[in-house]
Amino acid sequence: MSGSNLHPGLNLGARHGSAHEGAETVVFGFWIFLMSDLVIFGLVFASYLTVANPLGMAGGPGPADAFDLRSIFVQTMILLTSSLTFGFATLALRHEKGRTVIAGWLGVTLLLGLAFLTLELRDFAHMIEVGAVPQRSGFWSAFWGLVPLHGLHVALGCLWIAVMLAQMALLGLVPVVKTRLLRLGLFWHFLDLIWVAIFSIVYLGGLMP
Amino acid sequence: MTDPIFGRLDLSSLSVWRAFQDPSLSELIGAGAAMAVILGALATLALLTWIRLWGPLWRDWLTSVDHKRIGIMYCALALIMLARGVIEGVLMRTQQAFGLHGGFLTPDHFSELFSTHGTIMIFFVAMPFIAGVINYVMPLQIGARDMAFPVMNQISLGLTATGAALVMISLVLGEFSTGGWANYPPYTGADFQPGPGPDYWIWSIVLAGIGTTLSGINFAVTIYKERAPGMHFLRMPIFCWTVICTSIIMIFALPPLTVAALMLAADRYLDFHFFTNDLGGNMMNYVNLFWLFGHPEVYLLVIPAYGVFSEVISTYSGKRIYGYMSMVYATMSIAVLSFCVWLHHFFTMGQSANINAAFGIASMAIAVPTGVKIYNWLATIFRGRVRMTVPMIYATGFFYLFVIGGLTGVMLANPVISYQVHNTLFLVAHFHNVIIPGVLFGLLAGYHYWFPKAFGFRLHEGWGRAAALLWIVGFSFTFLPLYWLGLQGMPRRSASFGDPSFQPMLWLALFGGMLILAALGSLMLQLWVSIRNRVQLAVPLGDPWNGRSLEWSIPSPPPAYNFALLPQVLDRDDFAEAKASGRAYAEPAVYEDIEMPDNTAIGMIVCVCSTLMGLALVFWIWWLAVLSLGVMVVSLIGRTFRTDLSHVIPAAQIAAEHRAWLARVRAAPAVDRLAETHDRNRGRAMPERPFAAGAAE
Repeated sequence: MSGSNLHPGLNLGARHGSAHEGAETVVFGFWIFLMSDLVIFGLVFASYLTVANPLGMAGGPGPADAFDLRSIFVQTMILLTSSLTFGFATLALRHEKGRTVIAGWLGVTLLLGLAFLTLELRDFAHMIEVGAVPQRSGFWSAFWGLVPLHGLHVALGCLWIAVMLAQMALLGLVPVVKTRLLRLGLFWHFLDLIWVAIFSIVYLGGLMP
Repeated sequence: MTDPIFGRLDLSSLSVWRAFQDPSLSELIGAGAAMAVILGALATLALLTWIRLWGPLWRDWLTSVDHKRIGIMYCALALIMLARGVIEGVLMRTQQAFGLHGGFLTPDHFSELFSTHGTIMIFFVAMPFIAGVINYVMPLQIGARDMAFPVMNQISLGLTATGAALVMISLVLGEFSTGGWANYPPYTGADFQPGPGPDYWIWSIVLAGIGTTLSGINFAVTIYKERAPGMHFLRMPIFCWTVICTSIIMIFALPPLTVAALMLAADRYLDFHFFTNDLGGNMMNYVNLFWLFGHPEVYLLVIPAYGVFSEVISTYSGKRIYGYMSMVYATMSIAVLSFCVWLHHFFTMGQSANINAAFGIASMAIAVPTGVKIYNWLATIFRGRVRMTVPMIYATGFFYLFVIGGLTGVMLANPVISYQVHNTLFLVAHFHNVIIPGVLFGLLAGYHYWFPKAFGFRLHEGWGRAAALLWIVGFSFTFLPLYWLGLQGMPRRSASFGDPSFQPMLWLALFGGMLILAALGSLMLQLWVSIRNRVQLAVPLGDPWNGRSLEWSIPSPPPAYNFALLPQVLDRDDFAEAKASGRAYAEPAVYEDIEMPDNTAIGMIVCVCSTLMGLALVFWIWWLAVLSLGVMVVSLIGRTFRTDLSHVIPAAQIAAEHRAWLARVRAAPAVDRLAETHDRNRGRAMPERPFAAGAAE
């Protein structure tokens, strides 16, 4: 990339003027916030791993009794695709394709996020049905502390997308809206990253014979 | 079932009511404290109404996003909470002094006292005091106009105040946890403490902790992105280096605390099994998470205090800090090592000897960079023009006492010794011995050093000296005997004891406690006397101590925009160098408009709503919790729809203010260091001798 990059990740570029310069501080700050959030997830993962064993399951159901890998795979694909569509939205922002295009890609991302949440909630309902509830064992407590925490982040991300769609409509593509979209993008891709870890460690790891 | 409107809040939650039912001395003391909180709050409200201060308080302070005002409010919060923390400490000393086979407090009340004392002193005295000093000083030292995120700064303050408010409310409604400041489950789980106590701890810690994480982000981004032109990293004052290290610790070490407290909340509210005894819970996870926060935390506290001492010692010795680079490396090393030693808080909790040995060695290693710093400070004083002002008295006390505390720390880092003295008063003596002479003395030194910058007048020197000496002597009498008692095997946290041989040392400690109380009183008197004599003590020209860094190059108190023109930094200790070379107090050729953020009520909205939410969660008043969270979220989102959130200060106004101040500086006689603490000092310092003389390096 060129020397005009002011912060890690996709930059708006010099032709965006004050939005590009203003992004230096706020996007840097958001990266630092994400580091802090990553520490939270790391610790919850670590707690999960310490109880992902027969002692932690305390005679209750295990992963094989409650996980539905087919549904998880579909969720994974949906979330990865939503990251791709958000990427298109950011590119449309950088290359000034106009509000409609950006809003279109954001709308698709929002729908994918909601689809992911719907499937996840269906999975959770199934788990409650088979008795894989947090009150049953330390293992399920850790699971319900970890995976819904990611789900909560996705829900907040969806709310954020909705707010940004409203702001784009009301305020137009003013600099502060542009830098917020950049930060929202980082947040959305970050959620994908966490999900990849959840998919690998919790679901694939849990179902490994 | 609980009441749908009041949750589990009822008449018996009132501590005054409980004292009415059972008028024992222990309950009466609790009720008296509750009455003190209520009457204190009412008196404050009445006073504000009486002298018609609500308007100015709201406009100039509570809604301000100015880092200087936010910093002052943090410090005020810390000093108020310090008063409660000290009184609790003295009460515990009194109980133990008379605690042979009894005493006057019930064991539960005593446990509540050490839990609130620890929680308050760490989270609501040390942390806000540090956040306050950093807020005030750091942007001035790096030549910035404000924090990178001024509104978030206000929200951080609001959340910290929330945590403090919840701890204060726990005196009146319900009770606080009896599980110590670390609040270990399963003892603090729903099985053993079903009441509201641990919930107060959880929500005050979680809400204040989120505020601190946001502060850390703010401090770090400000230093990385908002430095004045020419202020390279290696030209920053050492204090700013310590702020970087502390903010890195805030960003990485507060999340474990939040995670641990929220998991405990899930256990208590939703019947989860993270840390329970049964069904696969694992309390060691809590202990690890807590100390993964807890150990970096103590360095979070002490590192900025090291920074204050560096500034103070360098200024009052009239010399550059000795070994700048080694100071930077040492600070960074301590920050990194602080994440590698958490296990030494529980050597006796079942790890293998090899793990204990590894963490023991890592803990001892911290003594090396700390030693480097001590020698650097001593070398800075060596052949300096030393003035024994109040901050230097604190620094001297720090040298003697902190080294003792550090050495007992090295002893405790040895697992073999830890097995012998863990859970005794030896440990209590050790951590007070590092936190009081290290953190508190550092902060008090900073308070005296920067007070004239913040308010435009110096603090009264005589009362300051009295307070400093009382702190030093009082600390020694209170805590050094506890080493002895610990070695004799007296357990910590015991309301009473059966061995009469402990008594003499406990009386000695009580005497020390009285001296500390007198020290606190002297500090309050000093503030009162200084405000009354503010005309004689005034130093409006801004440089009462012949300061070395940028904050002294502007008026006291500084204007809202800090610098009329952002400084161009050419050197380390730039203002000292500027005074020596004659480029200080220069008038800029051209002034520019300055854009500053508008005041906002969002911080107060967050503060009030999160206090209500915390209280509602403690007492299971679900509708109120949802409502206050909703109001908070809607206000935060609603604010993002506004874009007209700043105002412009015209260049002409800045030019007029700056020129007027420059004229007063030029007209004022420069004062030499002998007259530093005399009324002649108006804040224009006489340069002492050529900068960077041979002996200085």
